Amino acid sequence: MNLSTTYIGLQLPHPLIAGASPLADDMDTVRKLEDAGAAAIVMRSLFEEQLVMEQMASLRHLDAHEDAHSEAQSYFPGPNRFSLGPEEYLDRLRQIKDAVRIPVFGSLNGYTPGGWLDFAKQMQDAGADALELNVYHITTDPDQSADAVEDQTVEMVKAVKAQVSIPLAIKLSPFYSALAHFARRLDHAGADGIVIFNRFYEADIDPEELAVTRHLKLSDSGALLMRLRWLAILSEKVDASLAVTGGVHTGLDAIKAVMAGAHAVQMVSALLKHGPQHLDRVHSEMAQWLEDHEYESLEQAQGSMNLIRCPEPQGYERANYVDILQSWE
Amino acid sequence: MSITRVMTVDGNEAVAMVAHRTNEVIAIYPITPSSAMGELSDEWSAHGQCNIWGALPKVVEMQSEGGAAGAVHGSLQAGALTTTFTASQGLLLFIPNMYKIAGELNAFCMHVAARSIASHALSIFCDHSDVMACRQTGFALLASGSVQEAHDFAAIGQASTLQTRVPFLHFFDGFRTSHEVAKIESVDDDDLRWLIGDEGVEHHRSRGLTPDHPHLRGTAQNPDVFFQAREAGNPFYLACPEIVQAQMDRFAERAGRHYRLFDYVGAPDAERVVILMGSGAQTAEEMVQWLTAHGEKVGVLKVRLYRPFSVSAFAEALPPSVRRLAVLDRTKEPGSIGEPLYLDVVAALRELRDAGNSPLEVDPLVMGGRYGLSSKEFTPAMVKAVFDELCAERPRNHFTVGIVDDVTHTSLSVDSELDIEPDDVVRAVFFGLGSDGTVGANKNAIKIIGEQTQLHAQGYFVYDSKKSGAMTISHLRFGPRPIHSAYLVRKASFVACHQFAFLGRYDVLDYAGHGAVFLLNAPYPPDEVWDALPREVQQTILEKELRLYAIDAYKLADELGLGRRINTLMQTCFFAISGVLPRDEAIAQIKKAIEKTYGAKGHAVVARNFEAVDRALDNLHQVRPPTKITTGRERPPIVPAEAPDFVKQVTALMLAGKGDLLPVSAFPVDGTWPVGTSKWEKRNIAQQIPVWDSDLCIQCNKCAMVCPHAAIRAKVFDPVRLEDAPPTYKAVAYRGAEFTGSHYTIQVAPEDCTGCLLCAAVCPAKDKSNPRHKAIDMAPSRPLVETERENYAFFLDLPEADRTQVKLDIKGSQFFEPLFEYSGACSGCGETPYIKLLTQLFGDRALIANATGCSSIYGGNLPTTPYTTNGDGRGPAWSNSLFEDNAEFGLGFRLALDRHVDRARRLVITLASNIGEGLVDELLQDRVSGEAEIQAQRQRVDELRLRLAKVQTKEARELEQAADYLVKKSIWLVGGDGWAYDIGFGGLDHVLAMDHDVNMLVLDTEVYSNTGGQQSKATPIGAAAKFAVAGKEISKKDLGLEAMSYGHAYVARVAFGAKDNQTVHAFVEADSFRGPSLIIAYSPCIAHGYDLSRGLEQQKLAVKSGMWPLYRFDPRRVQRGEPPFQLDSGAPKGSVKDYMRNEARFRMVEKIDPKRSKHLQRMAQEDALRRYWVYRKLAGATPPAPEPPTSTTPPPPMKEEGR
Repeated sequence: MNLSTTYIGLQLPHPLIAGASPLADDMDTVRKLEDAGAAAIVMRSLFEEQLVMEQMASLRHLDAHEDAHSEAQSYFPGPNRFSLGPEEYLDRLRQIKDAVRIPVFGSLNGYTPGGWLDFAKQMQDAGADALELNVYHITTDPDQSADAVEDQTVEMVKAVKAQVSIPLAIKLSPFYSALAHFARRLDHAGADGIVIFNRFYEADIDPEELAVTRHLKLSDSGALLMRLRWLAILSEKVDASLAVTGGVHTGLDAIKAVMAGAHAVQMVSALLKHGPQHLDRVHSEMAQWLEDHEYESLEQAQGSMNLIRCPEPQGYERANYVDILQSWE
Repeated sequence: MSITRVMTVDGNEAVAMVAHRTNEVIAIYPITPSSAMGELSDEWSAHGQCNIWGALPKVVEMQSEGGAAGAVHGSLQAGALTTTFTASQGLLLFIPNMYKIAGELNAFCMHVAARSIASHALSIFCDHSDVMACRQTGFALLASGSVQEAHDFAAIGQASTLQTRVPFLHFFDGFRTSHEVAKIESVDDDDLRWLIGDEGVEHHRSRGLTPDHPHLRGTAQNPDVFFQAREAGNPFYLACPEIVQAQMDRFAERAGRHYRLFDYVGAPDAERVVILMGSGAQTAEEMVQWLTAHGEKVGVLKVRLYRPFSVSAFAEALPPSVRRLAVLDRTKEPGSIGEPLYLDVVAALRELRDAGNSPLEVDPLVMGGRYGLSSKEFTPAMVKAVFDELCAERPRNHFTVGIVDDVTHTSLSVDSELDIEPDDVVRAVFFGLGSDGTVGANKNAIKIIGEQTQLHAQGYFVYDSKKSGAMTISHLRFGPRPIHSAYLVRKASFVACHQFAFLGRYDVLDYAGHGAVFLLNAPYPPDEVWDALPREVQQTILEKELRLYAIDAYKLADELGLGRRINTLMQTCFFAISGVLPRDEAIAQIKKAIEKTYGAKGHAVVARNFEAVDRALDNLHQVRPPTKITTGRERPPIVPAEAPDFVKQVTALMLAGKGDLLPVSAFPVDGTWPVGTSKWEKRNIAQQIPVWDSDLCIQCNKCAMVCPHAAIRAKVFDPVRLEDAPPTYKAVAYRGAEFTGSHYTIQVAPEDCTGCLLCAAVCPAKDKSNPRHKAIDMAPSRPLVETERENYAFFLDLPEADRTQVKLDIKGSQFFEPLFEYSGACSGCGETPYIKLLTQLFGDRALIANATGCSSIYGGNLPTTPYTTNGDGRGPAWSNSLFEDNAEFGLGFRLALDRHVDRARRLVITLASNIGEGLVDELLQDRVSGEAEIQAQRQRVDELRLRLAKVQTKEARELEQAADYLVKKSIWLVGGDGWAYDIGFGGLDHVLAMDHDVNMLVLDTEVYSNTGGQQSKATPIGAAAKFAVAGKEISKKDLGLEAMSYGHAYVARVAFGAKDNQTVHAFVEADSFRGPSLIIAYSPCIAHGYDLSRGLEQQKLAVKSGMWPLYRFDPRRVQRGEPPFQLDSGAPKGSVKDYMRNEARFRMVEKIDPKRSKHLQRMAQEDALRRYWVYRKLAGATPPAPEPPTSTTPPPPMKEEGR
């Protein structure tokens, strides 16, 4: 069964990609992912903010005590022997590129315009085949309008696109009021791909301690539904490739996502739960289902259930809600 | 001349870079001021930098200098090229091995940054007492006087020892040279190879002990042969001086700098000559050149090779015209006729005369004098004073210069106004705050100027005694000629004050010459700066016609995201104003230096510093002062008027930085110092102080417990006292079971608080509607200081709680008055809360033997002393002896005390008829101690005194003196892990093995904190520290388990941030236990690399992860049929990673080598689990209880009375 797909200009044998996570931190797992047939690997995100915070913390906690007391000119060995920049990440990227033959994507969460640009270039120089720009930003400021939030991202994409030649995919959260419009803006800005949807750590409240705790649950197939809707809405409305992340656990999930319009399907929770070899299982399930249903290729199914082509598009839209209420009566 | 490299380095680095390249084995123990040499060597080896023969020198840190000496000796005996670095007490511990190394004619060159030996006090600063204590060992002594000389002589010494087989001790002045940054020409590898050659090296190696052609060394010899065999080495000593001169000549061929064993500078027909060695000789040379330019016939003889002392070379170097000699020694030998160099000169002249070989025209008068002890300034004016004294009809012998001796009248008077510094040397002084980067920026400035221009540059840095909020003063010189001024700058053309608050405490502008530039970091807009200055400062600015520039550096640094690091901003201003480099070039160089310094630290740091450079000058303003003083606001007095006389007369001057003015009579004759002086120094360094919400407060007293500085306290008191309370004083009804009807206050000491945030962090009482608000919140201090000062004074006057009513738990413990307050410890220090607790529980009857380390520095570094007395005048008696002997020292307290108690008891029995049998029985009865019993016994002793007053015998007088010993004392042996695990372990172990009642408190920071973070055996696996740069591979030594193995000692492991009640119980149990007790206390430290306001969380994580288990081993439990070992923490939960990721000491390893870090983390995890398993087994192990005695069991050993 021909499961090939084109995603952000890259020809992939099938759409299944290992999504951004600590999976790629361990070289054994990386090799297992390749063995399991992953079409590509996305590294975990490099967070500019973390780098900056660590650098400033080092300044505060290490440098601040240098030359402060006559008996101790410093409290730590060798001042410049360790790096707090992206070197560790870039070295890892190079290492993975050396070890596998499949495409390796860098993932970047920038914070300042300069940060996005610098790291993007460095990742390209280190050999990344593509970049996933992880837009992880929770806007809490009531003075910042939706336009302003979107403008920031659009400008950043333009700037990065002007400086790097490898394909760029933008990973978005679901929290945009006019996602279709925003997706088109990104398209015009030069984004090669749009990845939906990012999952944020959830904050929980500890009522005993009166403290905020953080929480990341792995996804399950239920998370897929929202993504299917938006894939279907965006599919064929933008030139950029579409990828899904979150909620793909089975071959059937993957099929649905492709039908909704996804060119690539990322898995994280499923692989963390079941191991890298699960990717191979999902691949087989997909192939089997297409076989059983007498498809010629995956491409035949690609986008078949998007807003434009599916038989009852109102299922994706508002009317569905109205319908359900009436039927209750 | 071979190609040389110009570089700016300090003396330690200049020496280490030669020593590291010319040796194979380096065995050391850290000690100020020599530690850096070992650290640099370790770093270079870790970096793969090889010696000149292509081999990687092996650097090992031993447990003490004694250990290092043994390792060095062994390495030499086995034929490796070996070196070491030490000073002061450490050097003394080398002496036994030095005799052996010399007796065996081992080629060896060691390096010493000469430092005072502790006598009446400890000093980290410079004099020659340590090297002089070695002059009889048979080592050659080679003295350097500058950074360049230290570099050169390190090479010459190494080459010489290999040629002569006489071991060499190369020394240079601690701090004055070791820490002085200067521009030098370095010798490269080719130079060193050429100088050292192969012959000596081959010979050294061939002498190495090997079974392939074995020898015996270290025989025991008898009266028949020892003497002759001792004399057999004479030829080597006779040949040595000439060979050293030959090496100096060879060195000159390559480097162009020519030295002689004795170097004379001055008039060829000089009549008055001073003789000295070290950096003082540089200063003397400056003065001599100035005087000879004015026609005076004077000179200075600089001693390079002090041992073997070549009388002929000495004679050759002296001008034949000399009539009067002053020999200056930088040491003191009480009881001898004179100091060492003086005696040698006298003997040399005498021998020359007797042999008829004297080249001198007349028999000169020789005077001996002392100078510069413990880095006391030695200035050209003092040299002149010596020359002037030589002009007197009867010059004084055994004089001192540099002090005022109004007791035995040895001191010369010095014209302190004399200033011979040339005008073409730029002199700049910078006042900085320890954490703001001023010193680092100045070091960079020296590098930039030294390496990018033809100018010579010098930097010397003075620090104060505090470990946090400390002041630094940088003395910089730039000039066209090499700078030999080995003394502080006194009249600078540029004075910078980087901390506005200093103007209110110190006479900063005393350093300003007329017309100088004054750069001020002021938190005011430019038009308000002038009015904010104290009157004295305004006056000086006008009088000296200073040019004032101001910048609000903290505001700008904050905007730039640099926190409190203002170094780059101020450095840019310095360059712009001083014009030492053209502005654009200066900026380019500063940016280059930023890249170099911070490049590896990260792009954000570099970017922000670049921006700082770009924006600094826009924010720099020249402030044109008005023509007159506009404020009446004066600098407050250093100490308040109600301070005791000693504090007003002595301490205050020291606090003001004017301690040099104090004469000899101001000081105690034997080093004894009054307690309770830190309360008079109100530092006012907290930007924020705690504010108490009495409604929310749950009255747990944890805030008071965690405070490192006793700057927040709890009290219960009778509410009737509130009638006189100041208007803002807070109090609330006390809700506890004891002290019913009382009121309760949590009160901050606003001027003593350091703003560490620990009290706010520990407070568990959150406002249910607004959890961000707690019963303790931090608020900006400035608006609160006035009122809280008043409140605190009122609080202190409230009576202390009745100790007999206090429950001995964490809450209760904080109602006891702390007798350790406002120390100079770091903000957030993890050690001091334990010490404070100790003084609260036992302070009024405690003797403390304190090992050298952080605890002896914040415990006893002048000007102020933090141990104090209670209302009855009682408090801890505290003493620091040495480092390695602290356990034995404390044992000595116990031995003496037991004799005193014994004596008192015998006297009571002797005087029984006078005292009354009832009271006698009461006094002598052996009861379990506790607050009630202590108080009762004190009352009995008072009663005893009343009765003794009526008795007229000698015994009665003696008993009056000894009566207080009848109240049980608590003896504590306190120190860090450096003492307990390493250098003092032998003593600690021996004391544990005995059965005397002493309590040992180990403040375990898991690293040598005081000397800058070298590893100890307490350093945990995976932590980076000096000498374990890549992360320690070996597990932390389990001191507690070893101690427990004796079975008769009490052992506890505590962490107050994890389980405060267990900590209190451990202290109480240890004190009540009659035998040796050991408490190992987890102490967060800045050397762990994180914000110490999070220290409590880290303590919890340490315990939770299993990295720091809590337990108590109490032998008394065996009697009750219970296992002696009690595990007070649970099974490890979570992973060690959760604990380690928050601390830079572990994080660093991750950054250097992530794979290794993971491996070490895994080992740490396994270790924690394995240890817990062992402890679990112990906790379940109940040894059989001892059998009750029968008639056939032997009687117990005779109990000594009085215990």
